[in-house]
Amino acid sequence: MKELLTLSVAEISQKLHAREVSAVELTEAVLTHISETEPKVQAFITPTPELALEMARQAQARLDAGERAPLLGVPIALKDNLCTRGVRTTCASRILHNFIPPYDATVVRRLRETGAVFVGKLNMDEFAMGSSTEFSAFHPTRNPWDLARVPGGSSGGSAAAVAAHMAFATLGSDTGGSIRQPASFCGVVGLKPTYGRVSRYGLVAYASSLDQIGPLTKTVEDCATLLNAIAGKDPHDATSVDLPVPDFREALVDDIKGIRLGAPKEFFGQGVQPEVAETVRKAIGLLESVGAEVQEVSLPMAEQSLAIYYILAPAECSSNLARYDGVRYGLRVGAEKGHIGMMEATRAEGFGKEVIQRIIIGAYALSSGYYDAFYLKAQKGRTLLRQQFDAVFQQVDALVCPTAPTPAFKLGELVDDPLAMKLADVLTIPVNLAGLPGLSVPCGFVNGLPVGLQIIGKPFDEMTVLRVGYAWEQLACLRDELRTPTGLQA
Amino acid sequence: MALTLEQMRHTAKLARLELSDEQLIELMRPINALMEHFERLQALPLDEVEPTSHSIPVFNAFREDVVGETLRREDALANAPDARDGLFIVPRIVEE
Repeated sequence: MKELLTLSVAEISQKLHAREVSAVELTEAVLTHISETEPKVQAFITPTPELALEMARQAQARLDAGERAPLLGVPIALKDNLCTRGVRTTCASRILHNFIPPYDATVVRRLRETGAVFVGKLNMDEFAMGSSTEFSAFHPTRNPWDLARVPGGSSGGSAAAVAAHMAFATLGSDTGGSIRQPASFCGVVGLKPTYGRVSRYGLVAYASSLDQIGPLTKTVEDCATLLNAIAGKDPHDATSVDLPVPDFREALVDDIKGIRLGAPKEFFGQGVQPEVAETVRKAIGLLESVGAEVQEVSLPMAEQSLAIYYILAPAECSSNLARYDGVRYGLRVGAEKGHIGMMEATRAEGFGKEVIQRIIIGAYALSSGYYDAFYLKAQKGRTLLRQQFDAVFQQVDALVCPTAPTPAFKLGELVDDPLAMKLADVLTIPVNLAGLPGLSVPCGFVNGLPVGLQIIGKPFDEMTVLRVGYAWEQLACLRDELRTPTGLQA
Repeated sequence: MALTLEQMRHTAKLARLELSDEQLIELMRPINALMEHFERLQALPLDEVEPTSHSIPVFNAFREDVVGETLRREDALANAPDARDGLFIVPRIVEE
């Protein structure tokens, strides 16, 4: 049974369809594996074993009735900033420690309809602000490849759970790299779709112009399957785009002859560890050897992205997080201090340091007299960055570069360094600012730790991104090596 | 462009955060490290550039003015720290 857990969604789905295993047996096996593995990895905030078994029984009834669907009966898990009706959703924050949503996020509702089985809610940096999952108010998560290292963040639980086979796939969210960077650190596949491709309804908001939900999986094929399930216009999210949703599985053709790939030179400098750059360059060389046309391109504004992001994201965060005031849900402290005093005490007690830091930066950047110097300038810089991406995409079909400048770092290593932690996202942030789709695919190892290849596409061209990722995956043949993370070997 | 303690106090008040001077001083180091990093934007030629608030053009999103699905009152109140008679209860705002 244990070997079954290392299979992909596509592989386990075949076994469910062929009745080699039932959805209930499979779910029980996953729950047992979670109870054994979780003390080491701590990927979850709230495991949901009872819900999982109930959903598995329902899925099995549908399978027994002859229904065939790619996620039917497949155990998956969700980042804890996605609202789940009746299941606690904390955002890894004290301020929401007891929040039980009365509704499902649109992606959660869609996954319920596919018959997927929810095994739990996953750990993250508080309100998705961080790059290591150390800013969770509950506990840090550990990297299955080396338990002394972080899984990345903010979707660290989502990446670690897939790598450690505690779920066949997970959903995360990505505001500045929060799906792709942990995918890179944990040796899994992670996709941030184009802004507007997936509804954000029911995703607890951090920075609304940047946030996007996406899948973390073992293979590119599974990534396409999950994206099929969650993509599309939603009347509950005015920013979700009413474009036809292709069958993303049609991107899975092992042929990239004539595809034009750009390697942006700024993404190989900027503090990128030489061994990481070398690993990614080798991968690009292999893609070239099977027919991709590779050229070097330049995106000079990418080097300003961190500054732009750390004005815009905190500005949006300070506005979005104003709703946590101790009135309608969550923590309430200091009711005896009057209504303003209660709000001030609740927020100071309920938010962690990183969140408070970003609220203050954002409130300051938006405050009277400073708006033009910070917020407006950052928005203008964002325009220039997008224009540079548009120009580059006149010459190439997709961009290829490292996902993160380094492999996973050690727990505690960067937690007190205000800029070093933020530099972990320096290669992923530009993609959010421009609203583009970005995929991280495992591309090799540096000192025994996984490293990701990032593939960036034109707006709404997830097809090309997935196609390049799939072709790379077939070339790289890393699947067996990725099956058994070194931190969990007995 | 570093924030002073006075500016930190003012901003914390605007953001409704009850923080002691000690806590604010601790927060100043990481915040001012970022403020220093923001300096690099000042040199960019941005005068003629239009701001982008959104990566895709989003215009007014209209829908028919019909009643849709809504939360039941008891569901909306279920997470409230204090609720009575179908209402959220907050500390007294207006004196008797």
